Amino acid sequence: MSDDIIAEIRRDYIYNLAKKGERVDGRAFDEYRQIEVETRLIDRAEGSAKVKIGNTQVLVGIKIQPGEPFPDTPDQGAIITNVELAPLASPSFEPGPPDESATELARVVDRGVRESGAIDLAKLCIEKGENIWMVFIDVYVLDHDGNLMDASALGAIAALLNAELPNERYELGKDAPLPIDDLPVAVTAAEINGEIMLDPSLDEELIASTQLTVITSKDGSLAGMQKSGVGMLTFDQIHHIIDIASKKAKEIREKYLETS
Amino acid sequence: MSDKPKKLIEKGKRLDGRKVDELRPIKMEAGVLKRADGSCYMELGGNKVIAAVYGPRAVHPRHLQEATQVIIRYRYDMASFSVEDRKRPGPDRRSVEISKVSREAIEPSIIKEYFPRSTIDIFVEILQADAGTRTVGINAASVALADAGIPMRGLVSSCAVGKVDGQIVLDLTGEEDNYGEADMPIAMTQDGKITLLQMDGHLTKEEFALAIELAKQGCKAIYEVQRNALVAKYKGGSYV
Repeated sequence: MSDDIIAEIRRDYIYNLAKKGERVDGRAFDEYRQIEVETRLIDRAEGSAKVKIGNTQVLVGIKIQPGEPFPDTPDQGAIITNVELAPLASPSFEPGPPDESATELARVVDRGVRESGAIDLAKLCIEKGENIWMVFIDVYVLDHDGNLMDASALGAIAALLNAELPNERYELGKDAPLPIDDLPVAVTAAEINGEIMLDPSLDEELIASTQLTVITSKDGSLAGMQKSGVGMLTFDQIHHIIDIASKKAKEIREKYLETS
Repeated sequence: MSDKPKKLIEKGKRLDGRKVDELRPIKMEAGVLKRADGSCYMELGGNKVIAAVYGPRAVHPRHLQEATQVIIRYRYDMASFSVEDRKRPGPDRRSVEISKVSREAIEPSIIKEYFPRSTIDIFVEILQADAGTRTVGINAASVALADAGIPMRGLVSSCAVGKVDGQIVLDLTGEEDNYGEADMPIAMTQDGKITLLQMDGHLTKEEFALAIELAKQGCKAIYEVQRNALVAKYKGGSYV
């Protein structure tokens, strides 16, 4: 994902642990790190959430503004997703426009929200062909310790869940909650030396041959997937990842999204 | 923003209830990020700012390196959702200028000769803006530098002073900045030397002298908070 480097000796260490069925931080292969979700911390934003997965931290803010619809969808709102790999978050992030990893991240988060139908875009039309709501999902990565994909996706849906349409500001009536129909959750696993590890930490990401992110909807169906990294996966491995990812996604959804 | 209120100061009290020489509530915590070498989170009123320091580390591109001392780079950036109307991510003319003067405010406190051919990178992210963001950024950056173990001559503290309804006030709100007569962000070292001075508006020389005195008081109060945040980190505490 980034051009961080990892010492050969650490790589060997992680490989050897994997052979014994262990991970550096003592987790089981299908065990996630601790998750923390905090919402409504940016008053200027229409919705916001900070997600921590282990030491990884992302802050997501939602801005909602009126704008012109796209010509092919004159009666639908628009979603614009952007990820900033802020240079605060890692020694390998540099200031500048989003690079390919940031763009990939943003597009996967966007696809999860879009394809699951999380936002009812038809309800975001103010005047057909003229005026619609544009929902900006801006993800700021603050501390990068692996699995930005899941953190960003969880932050996005958690922030959307507490977002309000700022009707009053534009003299369109009373503020109303953003209509949310689904709760997509992304869960990522990495392939390391033939083993599949859920929620890879940064060290694990650096030595993983590849990763697979699986996004599931509320009904358990798949809403998006992304293989990221140069390695290969067998069909069996993919089925296994989908299995553990959708189980984990259900837990995360129940614990962090359906309570609020 | 709404129309100008009739009075910004009534019976010695400002619209948010503060006295003219009072700072907004402050929160500060050092060491909030794991990957960064040093970091600090600060709130001042509605401002929410995070600062991270990386370095001393190798300079890229290499032609920027200096043979006798470390170079300091400072990036002030506003999150797109930190303001009322979404801001396009990335630098603009305002943030480029603020980055420059903030760097110059911080730089004199760093003992640069210790790390020739290296860089210290300071990143300041404004998560929520509520007037005075550059001063909050400088305060947080100074603590983040100390948290990173960078050799320094002392901390730099910063606050804004200005003139509102004919009176000199400390730590302006957005409303006071918009409708007031002058705004002056200042930073100083802990022994009272000015490292940042900007002003716009109108002040007489007497008012300026008064404003500087008030800024000294403000910076002194902020210095205490900075110091406590650093002490708290090593005592295992958090917010001050």
